[in-house]
Amino acid sequence: MKRTTLLSLSLILVLCALGASCSARRPATSQTPVPPQMSAPTSGYQRISIPALPAFKPQQPKRIQLTNGMVIFLQEDHELPLIEGTARIRGGSVSEPAQKAGLVGLFGEVWRTGGTKSQTGDQMDDYLEVRAAKVETGDGPDSTTIGWSCLKSDQDDVFRVFVDLLMNPEFRTDKLDIAQQGDFDAISRRNDSAAGIAGREATRLAYGADNPYARMDEYATVGAVTHQDLLDWHHKYVHPNNMILGVTGDFDSAAMEAKLRTAFESWPKGPQAAKENIQFARAKPGYYLVPKDDVNQSNINMVALGTTRDNPDFYAINVFNEAFGGGFSSRLFNDIRTKRGLAYGVGGGIGANFGHPGILQIQAGTKSQSTIEAIRAVDEDIADLATHPVTEAEVKHAQDAILNAFVFRLDSPDKILGERMTYEFYGYPADWLDKYPAEIGKVTAADVNRVAAKYLHRDQMAVLVVGNPMEFDKPLSTLGPVKELDIAIPPPPGGDRSVNGGPAK
Amino acid sequence: MNRRFLCSLVLCLTAVLLSAAAAAQDLASFEKRITVKTLPNGLTLIVCERPEAPVFSFFTHVDAGSAQDPMGATGLAHMFEHMAFKGTDTIGTTNYPAEKAALAKVEIAYAAFRSERDKTLGPDPARLAELEKAWQDAIKDADQYVVSNEFGKIVEQNGGEDMNAFTNYDETGYHYSLPVNRLELWAYLESERFLHPVLREFYKERNVVIEERRLRTDSRPIGRLLEQFTEEAFAAHPYHRPTVGWMADLNSFSATDAQQFFDKYYVPSNMTVAVVGDVKTADVMPVLEKYFGRLPNAAKPEEPTTTEPPQNSQRAVTLKDRSQPLYLEGYHRPDYRSKDDAVYDAISDLMSEGRTSRLYRALVRDKKIAAFSAGFTGLPGSKYPHLFAFYAFPLPGHTTQEVGDAIHAEIDHLKKEDISDDELRMIHTRIKAGLIRGLADNQGLAIQLGTAQARYGDWRELFRSVDRVDKVTKADIRRVANQTFVENNRTVGIIETAAGDNAKQAAAASGGAQ
Repeated sequence: MKRTTLLSLSLILVLCALGASCSARRPATSQTPVPPQMSAPTSGYQRISIPALPAFKPQQPKRIQLTNGMVIFLQEDHELPLIEGTARIRGGSVSEPAQKAGLVGLFGEVWRTGGTKSQTGDQMDDYLEVRAAKVETGDGPDSTTIGWSCLKSDQDDVFRVFVDLLMNPEFRTDKLDIAQQGDFDAISRRNDSAAGIAGREATRLAYGADNPYARMDEYATVGAVTHQDLLDWHHKYVHPNNMILGVTGDFDSAAMEAKLRTAFESWPKGPQAAKENIQFARAKPGYYLVPKDDVNQSNINMVALGTTRDNPDFYAINVFNEAFGGGFSSRLFNDIRTKRGLAYGVGGGIGANFGHPGILQIQAGTKSQSTIEAIRAVDEDIADLATHPVTEAEVKHAQDAILNAFVFRLDSPDKILGERMTYEFYGYPADWLDKYPAEIGKVTAADVNRVAAKYLHRDQMAVLVVGNPMEFDKPLSTLGPVKELDIAIPPPPGGDRSVNGGPAK
Repeated sequence: MNRRFLCSLVLCLTAVLLSAAAAAQDLASFEKRITVKTLPNGLTLIVCERPEAPVFSFFTHVDAGSAQDPMGATGLAHMFEHMAFKGTDTIGTTNYPAEKAALAKVEIAYAAFRSERDKTLGPDPARLAELEKAWQDAIKDADQYVVSNEFGKIVEQNGGEDMNAFTNYDETGYHYSLPVNRLELWAYLESERFLHPVLREFYKERNVVIEERRLRTDSRPIGRLLEQFTEEAFAAHPYHRPTVGWMADLNSFSATDAQQFFDKYYVPSNMTVAVVGDVKTADVMPVLEKYFGRLPNAAKPEEPTTTEPPQNSQRAVTLKDRSQPLYLEGYHRPDYRSKDDAVYDAISDLMSEGRTSRLYRALVRDKKIAAFSAGFTGLPGSKYPHLFAFYAFPLPGHTTQEVGDAIHAEIDHLKKEDISDDELRMIHTRIKAGLIRGLADNQGLAIQLGTAQARYGDWRELFRSVDRVDKVTKADIRRVANQTFVENNRTVGIIETAAGDNAKQAAAASGGAQ
């Protein structure tokens, strides 16, 4: 967690420094080569012929399962003299105890910085940096990761460090302390940015504030994490039968397989990570306000619970999202941004994740003085779906966009490896992506309008505004009863200590 | 963009990392795969063959950024970048002759409105309302011919990936990727938008840009600080103005102003187009020539002539803001063509890169006073003399003064003692790795090759810059540190937490009132 925070802080600074500004904003979507079906030439671009895309059979990684349950994928890629590996291990922050929220974030950092029994993290830094190599660990809601990246010629040296860290981490307490201080800092800064508040609080409204996918680290919960907790976590989860290892780069698969078998075959099985049974409450509809008077733009997030990717409606949902809230062609972009000039960033859709429901979300950023106007404009666009259903032409356009861009899901060996590891992790069929284009192609306008009606209910959405209500065009309460969210940061236990100017209120 | 950065940790971990030995190897291999051609109209083309998958990416580099914004029209370079997605005389319109006439009327009506609004003695309210209505009516009239976002829709429908553009102080760039069977379609679209751009829906897009300013600058403490800081650090050079533009200018410039900017700077001699992917140079070069050769020849515009005068006293800005503290400082340095450019790169790496960096070890690991600290060059641009900057986020309970002092202690160390052999070796290895990171990616490669070609007139400088770092000595680092990092050459920017920080308390913050 902390690493991501720092990374984003420094990125923010560097990005601002560059003064970069971007004109388009297209959420990452998916997509496939499809025969061009250009209609009768009327203007210049339509006269240009589009040849068939050359046949392309992307190389699939080799899957190996060891007797101890460890799954390995090997994906050769000889473009550059590099080798990289990533292990994904079951068990993440949703499985940590609520009173120790932040434990897995600390684990993901201190696993690496705390070193091994034979080498401190600092010694490891020196050893790796002169080789421009990396061994890094990380954390997420349902897994932790450990990986390496190095020159082919350093593979043996670096892989040795990787294995040592995988099996014998020490989690030294001086590094735990640094990581905790970093988390305290991130907590103290979490109300500095309106966009940060909006993203976090929208997730809490969609999933429920106590849901493990939404809960926040606090001074008390981070402070409660001990060295023993990190050792215990490693002991509980880091076993071959909980792990998927993917290796890509400039190697010979047979030789690599032999090396990995030598390293891991004799590693005994451990207890299987339990699958979490997490309840997702429906969002409580209504209007929610976080007043922030140092901004001149309102962050509007309208949310409800989304779905998972194994839902048979997933493909129709994808097409709907593209047509309604995706790119340049979408209804929201065309109406809210282009026609009304109300927002720079606007978009959304019915979110679908692999392992747990995504968030159905529509977002827009608009000046304080058009806050209510923008919410009403989004409302109209949603209501319009009933009176003006998504047309055949819109569906065709969305399908073309998705299918013609599908090749970008497969255009490098490491992307394909990443996809396969994801399906393996979440128990999806190995050929899940192969079926994707055909499934998208089958979606009809009736399907799209059916999923819109099934999932997108304006009256079931929670509407969050983070902004300066003194400058709104009308009070938010003209739309309905408003609940003001308390985002005050609970102070560190014992009233202490070193938090600048007291905890931000 | 943010969603991309917050990619899964798994993906972050697999980020490509490269090394020393690869660099030379690759220069030779790139020599074989890259062709550069300058067309008779002055436009430069670069084609790089990378047959990994049936796709390609491009990068169009225009050698004009916000440093070229005219006085009173800050934000214009960025505004034009938005307009480049609005189509042409055949894309985005149902009837161009009628639309053209209607757009001309919008400009006349806007000029009348603006002139009344900006009268020295104040506008006549009734007259102003009348003129505003006439202007809005003219817009409505023009809008009836618009096919909104047709340009972007065509790209999307054909599988366009990561369609975007950026404007910074130094340049403007456009890029996306397509399946390789769409190469000719792309060459048509990309040349057409700079051959026959139509600045339709200008005033609505201006509102979108104003929202972008609110998002990036006004409503973010760090955005507010950087704008004030840059303004303080540069007295004369256009680097003192924000790329996105001052609010008053954004509410003032017209489509006519943007068209004039385009006419002056979007000329072939000022443009470089790079294509990377599964292409055969012999096949695609004639296609590129056919389409991009149509752009009319024109003289390369003159560079701004102002030179930032030497700074002779420390400057500082302090924002008492609704935010936890931040410390930032910058020192003037010469532009990217300086013989010491590689020395600054080496210093940046030494001070900032990874857990072995001096600032991490001193401020985060040992003194435990900062959550993060680093130094970097290129603030706010690098084409003209600019700043080398250091920053730190103080940990709770620690002050900007403490982290500033700790940064200065590290700078003193750099001035007084040679760096170690190990450090020098580490810098060399890492800079090579850093450079080549991204070379295994069509879009990254197109951007890097296009930029190097435009900046130095030779894409090979991308690789030579690594050789220059190899030649950096310990003495160079001490010399440049002693020369640059001195108090009189310093501008400090600080965010201090405003007293009584309470969400409900009105504290009319800087951006809000504009």
